[in-house]
Amino acid sequence: MSDPREFSSAVQPMVNPLASSPQFHVSAELEAEVQELISHYPEKRSAVLMVLHEVQERFGFISQESVMWISGKLDLQPINVLELVTFYPMFRQQPVGKYQVKICRTLSCALGGAYELHEHVCNRLGLDAHAHGIQTSKDKMFSVEFVECLASCGTAPAMMVNEDFQEGVTTQNADLMIHECRKKGN
Amino acid sequence: MPQEFRLILKNIDQSGFTNDLACYLRHGGYVALKQALDLQPKSLPDGKVQTGPEQIREEVKASGLRGRGGAGFSAGLKWSFVDRRSGKPIYLICNADESEPGTFKDRQILHKDPHQLIEGMVISCYANDVKLAYIYVRGEFPEGARILKRALEEARANGYLGKNILGSGFDLDIFIHRGAGAYICGEETGLIESLEGKRAYPRIKPPYFPAILGLYMCPTIVNNVETLCHVRHVITMGASAYAKLGTPNNTGTRIVSLSGHVKRPGYYEIEVGKVTLGELIHAPNFGGGLREGRSLKAIIPGGSSSKIFRAGEIFKLKRKGADGLVTNVDVDLLDIPYDFDSLQAAGSMSGSSAIIVMDDSTDMVKALANLSEFYAHESCGQCTPCREGSLWMSKALHRMTHGGARKQDADYLHKTATNIQGRTICAFGEACAWPVISFVNKFRDEFEARGVEDEVRAASQTGGGVPPI
Amino acid sequence: MSTAVKLEAKSVAAPVEMMTVNVNGRSVSVPKLMPDHNGKPVPTTMLQACQVAGVEVPHYCYHPKLPIAGNCRMCLVEFGLPMMGADRKPILNEDGSPKIAKQVLPYDPSQPRGAIACATPISPGMEIYADSIATQQMREGVLESLLINHPLDCPICDQAGECKLQEYSVEHGQATSRFVEEKVHKPKRVDLGPRIVLDDERCILCSRCVRFTRDIVGDDALGFVNRGSYNTLTHFPGKPFDNNYTLNTVDLCPVGALTSKDFRFQMRVWFLKETKSVCTSCATGCNILMGSREGKIHRYEPRQNDAVNSCWMCDEGRLNYKWIGREDRLKTVMIRRGNAPQVVGKWPIALAEISARLNAAIPGSVAIIGSSRQTTEELWLLAKIAKKLGAKTDTKVREGEADKLLVNADRNPNSTGARLTGFLTEKAGNNIRAIVEGLKVGSIKTLLVFGEDITTLGISSALLDTVDCLIVSEILPNATTAKANYLLPGCAHAEKRGTLINIKGRVQKFMKAVEQPGEARPEWEFLNELAANIAGHHRFVSIEGLFNAMAQDIQPLNGLTWSSLGDQGVTIAI
Repeated sequence: MSDPREFSSAVQPMVNPLASSPQFHVSAELEAEVQELISHYPEKRSAVLMVLHEVQERFGFISQESVMWISGKLDLQPINVLELVTFYPMFRQQPVGKYQVKICRTLSCALGGAYELHEHVCNRLGLDAHAHGIQTSKDKMFSVEFVECLASCGTAPAMMVNEDFQEGVTTQNADLMIHECRKKGN
Repeated sequence: MPQEFRLILKNIDQSGFTNDLACYLRHGGYVALKQALDLQPKSLPDGKVQTGPEQIREEVKASGLRGRGGAGFSAGLKWSFVDRRSGKPIYLICNADESEPGTFKDRQILHKDPHQLIEGMVISCYANDVKLAYIYVRGEFPEGARILKRALEEARANGYLGKNILGSGFDLDIFIHRGAGAYICGEETGLIESLEGKRAYPRIKPPYFPAILGLYMCPTIVNNVETLCHVRHVITMGASAYAKLGTPNNTGTRIVSLSGHVKRPGYYEIEVGKVTLGELIHAPNFGGGLREGRSLKAIIPGGSSSKIFRAGEIFKLKRKGADGLVTNVDVDLLDIPYDFDSLQAAGSMSGSSAIIVMDDSTDMVKALANLSEFYAHESCGQCTPCREGSLWMSKALHRMTHGGARKQDADYLHKTATNIQGRTICAFGEACAWPVISFVNKFRDEFEARGVEDEVRAASQTGGGVPPI
Repeated sequence: MSTAVKLEAKSVAAPVEMMTVNVNGRSVSVPKLMPDHNGKPVPTTMLQACQVAGVEVPHYCYHPKLPIAGNCRMCLVEFGLPMMGADRKPILNEDGSPKIAKQVLPYDPSQPRGAIACATPISPGMEIYADSIATQQMREGVLESLLINHPLDCPICDQAGECKLQEYSVEHGQATSRFVEEKVHKPKRVDLGPRIVLDDERCILCSRCVRFTRDIVGDDALGFVNRGSYNTLTHFPGKPFDNNYTLNTVDLCPVGALTSKDFRFQMRVWFLKETKSVCTSCATGCNILMGSREGKIHRYEPRQNDAVNSCWMCDEGRLNYKWIGREDRLKTVMIRRGNAPQVVGKWPIALAEISARLNAAIPGSVAIIGSSRQTTEELWLLAKIAKKLGAKTDTKVREGEADKLLVNADRNPNSTGARLTGFLTEKAGNNIRAIVEGLKVGSIKTLLVFGEDITTLGISSALLDTVDCLIVSEILPNATTAKANYLLPGCAHAEKRGTLINIKGRVQKFMKAVEQPGEARPEWEFLNELAANIAGHHRFVSIEGLFNAMAQDIQPLNGLTWSSLGDQGVTIAI
């Protein structure tokens, strides 16, 4: 420790923020969809956000392997794709629950009780309401995330459950939602 | 009593009005497009001949239409900057990345009347010789994207889009491009970068003005959803009739998103400048007033980045008297006409026309902490002052709302914000600084009281002495 | 020659259009157009105008050889523009001068509307206030922001002493920080690639390295992950940052975020003596600075020369210096008589004996294998000796793969010199076979070898045993030096002066950085003696005199002098 060289010269690899998914397999249907998306743009690279959406829709998150595949498809370097996955918060870097609950935390929703709603949902699912970032319940059923403005400020608080949009959500509504999702199960 | 004036929202929420093509056609849809495509070259007094597209551009300019996205810049003027001699294709992008906290107007159009937008876009593309256009939809609108996609397919299948539109020889395709949760994509050059498949880092201007070096370094027009819808009405009504709506220099109608502590939050379309802030908040057909037993504390008048007003503020505004003379008169906050120029004259802006109302139950330090957290999260991180300053302010406010406020924090925040505004590539610098500057300016008493309170408590807990930071 | 004349005529024909702007109260005339990072003329920026005026504008992300990013905001300056009336004519002061409006924020006229000098074009009558209070305040603000999350670990940072964050903090910063929040933490000591270590907490996100590797090298290997204040420079984990130009990012990095594994913790930079030199790893001849201390070379860095290497050099060339300080360097003259082992000798004896032997040699019985790594002066002297002796000459061919940026397929630094001096009379490598034959049949009895191990050229050690007299000048021991009758220890280029002529005909001189080991001597010195003894050549006392005489002798070099080469060299027609 006394010689700074001794402890600081030990270099370490950069950690990949994305989870690995060795079984990543691309279906013919996804291949075709990606070709269609590429055809929408004069330059291939433009398709990358849309392709990421398609991949996430099918696999639930963006894995290291999918980034390699996407960058190959679009003649990009994998870092070009990683830059986007980590910039645009809708892209998941790790597997998440079957139901992704996004609760809007920005001002109008906060004025309308979003923090109380978020805390309630977290408590119901055994999650920490004060933790940062996305959290997934132990049973991998729910992921809860406090997100920025969902553009439904007039019907605060707003919430999304996967792609389903819910407005004026009360704690009772939230309980019902959790109940319904559990009923549907896996 | 002031009334709504539904031009864009005319059909929206009417019973029986659905978002499919057949319904849109039954309600007079795509008539404006036919009209636009049918425009014949016109001889001008000076002997020049004006083409149909040129006539549309002139009409839009003459209508006085100002952008509905946030900056309120003249749409006609914006189009006139487009480099039409570069030999490169011209692109049009509809900015449907509605993300300014408080704003939820474009969502209504996308979900409930997508063909109105498409018609406005096709006319605008025809007017500007655009052959390929995109709708940049924010990622959190998956349903909106699906509805739009279906509407585009319908339009394509029925000759309103694609090759040889309505037999005019004009070809156009429009594709949907989805964002993925980045507020900065609302900034037009950030949006362009995002559409190019990159991180949405706004571009330096000069040299990258979209009208000259936009998408793929080609001339590009970026217009808001609502703005493009207005183009359709400018064509239907004619510029002079359209310009009679609203007030001079603030023509047409605008959809106002009203949220926060009012009884009737929602979206209301008004003639620009014909309704006051107070009426929007209190009139029974608009906000319907505050919740029972509550009084007004503050108004954010144009989306979260606009500067906040404190209830009871009086402004000196220019007013034209009956004799035609312009004089400065005292105007109460609630009597400010809701338009572009008056709100600017009062030191704020109409921005994305989103009003957030706060009543006396609101903790202003907490409210600002909420907004600052938003801006810290959304800063793209490109420019030093905004990247570092936005998180700095958010951390400071987090500390202040968790028992660690200091007396000097009002100045601390103010200086940090002042070091950001006007010193960044894009207007996000202002967007994150203005709430801080204005909250601190208008509610300095609350910020300082918080500091005193926390310092006293800390001193008593540590048995006197200097409170720890 | 004709091309050069044409170019000159062209530049005379097109007068440079000028524009007058005001920098810090002084009127300056600057060209309307100035080169961008590619050398293409584009509208002159405020920063360039300030440079013309001799005013430095601090900056981090701007680099003259990279596309402009405009993100650091350090070069923000207050400025004014002539006021225009409604009639679009300038409004004048009482004295007739144009009235200038200082640009302020429209929504807060107490604050300047600064412009980034790196990207804002000048306009007629513009006034740039590069040192005004408002400009200084903007700089202070940017520096404050850059420092709040910086680890401030200067005592153990390699960049200390050449860090722009340190320099500008001294010049433009504040002594105390207002920041009382917790800093953002990011990855440290990241193994970015085989030659680079990254400290993300020190990184100021200027993107110079990202732009360099993407836009200059064409290896889009670096990028930023995360967002806002959490932005983090990285490569794609598992895909090392490993092209042949990675170490340039260390030079480009204005702070200590990117460091060279080779140089890390080796030396505080302020102890380094910098010597102008030229890289000898290929025929491009990149201009370099050698950093040395107490006779030891610690690093090479590229030195800007737009006619040769811009601001860059390849990693291979940069790291090709360790041999200079090797322990087993040849330090003494060795003499071997007959089959006896080599014994330590003395320079005067060795040179006298060599001179005598060569003077006695039958014309045609001597061959010389020189090296295109030798200096032009050395090759010229060797050529004189060869001509006098009627010796066959050749050099070793070194070829590799060229790249698009700097690396030339010819890995010899002075093939052009070998040709122009007349040392090579044929294409390099063409005479080797004849020399081998001559050795085998015994027609060649004396062999002079300079700086090459000729056992790699098809001349076996066994064959060398049959040579009457093998004279070798070398730097490091090898199979050829082991057989030498006279072994003359020479100098690395870092230990002497001389010139090299690159593949495009750029004549460049290099300076001495460190002392040679033991009794090693610069080759030109003893070649000078041999040439005088054998060819009756003038005895030069200095490299300057030698070069100037050579320049008169070799037609393409006519008119050049040692001093006229300057630091950047001169391109000749070849």
